[in-house]
Amino acid sequence: MTKEVLQPLAKPVYGAGGPTGTWRSQRPVLDKEKCTGCLLCWIYCPEAVIAREDRAIDYEYCKGCGLCARECPVGAIAMIREGEEA
Amino acid sequence: MSISAKLTDMPDHELIQRGTGACAGCPSPMGLRIVGKALGPDAIMVMTPSCAVASIGMMPKSCYDVPVLNVCFASAGASAAGISGALDVQIAKGVIAGPKPVVFNWVGDGGTYDIGFQGVSAAAERNDDFIHFCYNNEAYSNTGVQRSGATPLHAATTTTPAGKSEGKKSMPLLMLDHAPAYVATASIAYPQDFYKKIAKAKDIKGFRYIELHAPCGPGWKFPASETVEIGRMAVKTGAWALWEAENGALTINAPTLQLAEGKTKPSSLEDYLKVQGRFAGLMKDAAKEQAIAVMAQGIEKELADLLARSKR
Repeated sequence: MTKEVLQPLAKPVYGAGGPTGTWRSQRPVLDKEKCTGCLLCWIYCPEAVIAREDRAIDYEYCKGCGLCARECPVGAIAMIREGEEA
Repeated sequence: MSISAKLTDMPDHELIQRGTGACAGCPSPMGLRIVGKALGPDAIMVMTPSCAVASIGMMPKSCYDVPVLNVCFASAGASAAGISGALDVQIAKGVIAGPKPVVFNWVGDGGTYDIGFQGVSAAAERNDDFIHFCYNNEAYSNTGVQRSGATPLHAATTTTPAGKSEGKKSMPLLMLDHAPAYVATASIAYPQDFYKKIAKAKDIKGFRYIELHAPCGPGWKFPASETVEIGRMAVKTGAWALWEAENGALTINAPTLQLAEGKTKPSSLEDYLKVQGRFAGLMKDAAKEQAIAVMAQGIEKELADLLARSKR
């Protein structure tokens, strides 16, 4: 007899809460010249949208909370209003 | 064994899959990312009703890259104990191969301090083999910010609109008095300290309790970008103390230790309170100065008690 799970199972996937980048009113923009690679933005980002290697930001899911810009010790991340140029 | 908590040495593994249902700036996925890095992928997570459950996303999708069980509110202690015990039996019978996955609870202050208290207390007393994480956002944030046993004095919630007239209970010390192998407090603002404590707890068998101070923007009324800064201010004012206890021996961690020893002056408590909208009523109160002085005295006493306990 095979034992099958009867309950519907959820699977881990990006965007389980939807395309959360649409929640954003401001977007973080990284100045690569200023970035020292300390990784504080990477560890503090609640959504894990900042890449460890080059701190590239995944705007599809970034909610624009601004924690990365607030915690960056060298001010390498600026928060820019959506619809405006960096 | 010394554990490296340098950011460059932390594992890549992500428990959180981006695009969660959590609010912007939420401390729960922030904390879970550290938990995932410290415990690795071989883990089973148990949750009671909370923001962490509401954050999972829309069925059949999940933002958590570990098996998750959502259990009823009062049962975190019993559920994790049951899963852990069942794994022990299955491994002993050869039904599944070891090593045993780490079973852990990710439960809020409601599921720990109040509704879940007896289950967690009983599991600690039985020394059941799992880690209980309490992510403490000092209210029932998920249901619209009602007061909990972790809500501090004078904080406004929807059930204490004029500010809470009682203080919080000291859950970490209550757990310490159950005499488990490991008890620790941590803060979202100190991820390396949190990581080290989880990595230490992972290698201990039996009941382990780690409480994470987790400032909640919508609940405490501050902007999403301030989650870490408010957590840091809580520690620097002494309003939240960092310590750990292995087999009952309590060690106060930096920077709380320097506050307790009087080597550094605590940051202004008023500055910490006034950036949180939940204390707006207190800030307008004529007896504000006196009330803050009483709160500061309470912190001083707590730190003195911790210091005395660490020297026992």
